[in-house]
Amino acid sequence: MNNNNLYKYILGIADNTLILGQRLGELCGHGPSLETDIACTNISLDMLGQARNYFQYAAKLKGKNYTEDDIAFLRKEHEYLNVLLVEQPNTDFAYIITRQFLFDVYHLLFLNSLKNSNDLTLSAIANKSIKEVSYHYRFSSDWIKRLGDGTEESHQRIQKAIDDLWTYTDELFHQTEGDKTMINEGIGVDTLKLKEEYYKRVNEILQEATLNVPESKYFQKGGKDGIHTEHLGFLLADLQYMQRTYPNMQW
Amino acid sequence: MKKNWPLWEVFVRSKNGLEHRHFGSLHAADAEMALENARDVYTRRNEGVSIWVVESKNITASNPDNNGELFEPAQDKAYRHPTFYELPDELKHM
Repeated sequence: MNNNNLYKYILGIADNTLILGQRLGELCGHGPSLETDIACTNISLDMLGQARNYFQYAAKLKGKNYTEDDIAFLRKEHEYLNVLLVEQPNTDFAYIITRQFLFDVYHLLFLNSLKNSNDLTLSAIANKSIKEVSYHYRFSSDWIKRLGDGTEESHQRIQKAIDDLWTYTDELFHQTEGDKTMINEGIGVDTLKLKEEYYKRVNEILQEATLNVPESKYFQKGGKDGIHTEHLGFLLADLQYMQRTYPNMQW
Repeated sequence: MKKNWPLWEVFVRSKNGLEHRHFGSLHAADAEMALENARDVYTRRNEGVSIWVVESKNITASNPDNNGELFEPAQDKAYRHPTFYELPDELKHM
């Protein structure tokens, strides 16, 4: 394959939506209420749909007989290139909403830039996904405000989730060497240019929700280079079980 | 949940030109959340173009015990029903 950088760049985007989609899918039948259960699994389906678009494109680039399933299900842990934020567990509803919110703000900014990419397939996928992600953002930011400005307990729990997950936000803007090449070719998104707007939007919602913006300057990264937290392995065990137990199975 | 969210009734208009129809009910803390929940529970497969929600407690319902006096007198008077016309095919949704 002659364009390994593009291939990896696509995986980076695809894995974020695959892994977060899987996390949200874990809530199927386990959400805090019927209505939020359906909302979270709806978002999950949106994200898995987006992931498929990216994986189909990646499989085409890889050539031979590669399929989207091979790429989605049969890589090893260190070959997944998602950011650490999206693999964090469903500790409670506050963590689920915070993880979603911190990702949605980024995701929306990212797709709005990706639609200007020189790569027409990526640009088309971005265009198609923006409507869905706008709704995700509306859902998660609305819940941040409800929980922050809700009861004493909801306020305290959402604040804890924000304080805990904050350390994973900076990685959203981290650029690997491959990313930089893609940016120079006009294909990739220069995420550093999104950073200021990201924190501005996040801070606005947090303030409206009467929540504190964490001051910590210590950030975790590694996911984009395949170095993950201990949570990803368990998630992959679930995700890959069917395809590894019944190789090449199809629905 | 110690305190349940109040119940809301959901009305969805499937197409422009049609009336809103009752689709079902759901729980939500307030009207805004009821709309969002309705979107997720009832319209995610392209079912609608407009949603109304109303808190169930605001609906005054007839008592089924009174069905006799309310509805039966109309049943034996065929002349009250406009069934003697042929409707043109172009007239839909009557």
